[in-house]
Amino acid sequence: MNGTSLVNNQENVLETDLLEITLGPSHPAMHGITQMLIKLDGEKIVSCDVEPGYLHRGFEKECEDHRWNQIFPYTDRLNYVSPIINNVAYAMAVEKLCGLEVPARCQHLRVILSEMTRITDHLTCLAAVMMELGAFSAFLYFVKARELYYDLLENVTGARLTYSWLRIGGARWDIPDGFVEQSKKAIPETRRILKETDGLFTKNRIFLDRVVGVGAISQSDAISYGMTGPILRSTGVAYDVRKANPYAAYDQFEFEIPVGRNGDCFDRYMVRMAEIEQSLRILEQALVKIPGGPLSVKDPRFTLPDKQAVYTTIEGTINHFKLIFDDIHPPKGEVYAAAEGGNGELGFYLVSDGGNKPVKCRCRPPCFAPMSAVGKIIEGHMLADIVPIYGSVNMIGGEMDR
Amino acid sequence: MSMETIDLLKERFADAVEETHNFRSDHTARVKREAWLPVATFLRNEAGFDMWIDLTAADYQGREEGLPRFEVICHLRRMKDGARIRIKARLPESDPSIDTLKTLWKGADWMERECHEMYGIDFKGHGDQRPLLLYAEFVGFPLRKDYPIGRRQPRIPLLGSEERRFSRPEDETPHGHLPEDKNNG
Repeated sequence: MNGTSLVNNQENVLETDLLEITLGPSHPAMHGITQMLIKLDGEKIVSCDVEPGYLHRGFEKECEDHRWNQIFPYTDRLNYVSPIINNVAYAMAVEKLCGLEVPARCQHLRVILSEMTRITDHLTCLAAVMMELGAFSAFLYFVKARELYYDLLENVTGARLTYSWLRIGGARWDIPDGFVEQSKKAIPETRRILKETDGLFTKNRIFLDRVVGVGAISQSDAISYGMTGPILRSTGVAYDVRKANPYAAYDQFEFEIPVGRNGDCFDRYMVRMAEIEQSLRILEQALVKIPGGPLSVKDPRFTLPDKQAVYTTIEGTINHFKLIFDDIHPPKGEVYAAAEGGNGELGFYLVSDGGNKPVKCRCRPPCFAPMSAVGKIIEGHMLADIVPIYGSVNMIGGEMDR
Repeated sequence: MSMETIDLLKERFADAVEETHNFRSDHTARVKREAWLPVATFLRNEAGFDMWIDLTAADYQGREEGLPRFEVICHLRRMKDGARIRIKARLPESDPSIDTLKTLWKGADWMERECHEMYGIDFKGHGDQRPLLLYAEFVGFPLRKDYPIGRRQPRIPLLGSEERRFSRPEDETPHGHLPEDKNNG
């Protein structure tokens, strides 16, 4: 037998082709409806092409066809785990366009409800990551904490998920009786659950092996990609819209911006855990003294009159009719306003021609930038690393695909 | 902070800056599209606007006399002091193309892809303008004002079906050419 035949004989050489697999769009390990076209060398990922868009509903086109106030329900459906923040961001952009100054009470309530939804957003993200990593009981712990806030938000807005709570120049509902006491009870309860989950994971060897050093991104890359929120902060950049460009009443509260160092999955987990604690701090301060006064701007051009006036005076009736059928007319111009969403900077770029519909209503979704980097981050990792990496990016289909 | 940058832009690119404003203190400069890449390079490398925020387009069909139809709008932020700036450029209907900013900021990649599929704007030098949120068979540019909001597109045959198996990519209508509008409504 010839000793070199194994090498020379083409038929006997083992083939090492790259294996192409398609992960998703609907797959239990995918954190949302997205498709990934992956080339594998063994278990190592050589290249990854991310294909989002399965939830595209034409948000911008619909906005251009609707009146300014009618857009609120659409914004609810962007990031559907923190709809109040979307409401706030959109309302802020229109108010900036109109030059409206919202009353202190509404600003204060916007902070309280934003922080509650930020907590639900982070809890949902962590819950989903843990579940995808196999820790299903952790999912239940987090969701138990989330439920506290869903109940509170339901008491204010009447809905569990799609709140549509804000209006241009104010809000639709004031807080009900007993809201403050109930919220105060939820805070220690959340802390207790966080302590439990912290004990379960932060020093858990099985968890650490999956996340430490996995999916790291450098600071300069994160900035160049336009990443914001927990992902940017996990690389060590203390950028938070609430501090950098304070809106609503955020300048009145004390809180810190937690930052990481390595920008890996573990740092993202830690930043989110720490941010929940900071949100609880803001809530504690905000619930102490809610300013009185009107909830909405008293300007007949922007907000509806009292029901009493609608039914008893002709001016009130006409005002109500005009706003319902013709809506507001912001001045001609363009603005960009941003709020800190659960995933980062949630911006709205609006163009008005003075009419009752926007000419252009662009939403800058915070998870778009990290998603565009996911393919690059994943390269070189093992197939199983997709789960923590993709989970910690926290892609929200409604917001990503709009 | 950004005001100085706008003044600096006017000085450095005197011929290229067409209009500036700071409506509601959003500092904005509209530049000629030929100067898009030089202006962006200046902002990135000399003025220090290192953070990518947003890129989008707008369609002003029939709204503004004497100005080209499309506008590309880019938002940037400076990490150092938090200054923000908006740069825009107008593109004519006959040739809606502009230089890509992908080489300066990595975030431009996907946002330009989205802009391309939604408005049909060609980003020169981008190299990968496949549809991002839409699908390959989608015909037309949905965010253009002349794309009717109620238009329906035909269903794509299921993978593995006879129609799909025998259709080759070159048989399909090229992206951007509208077929007759049968299902409009």
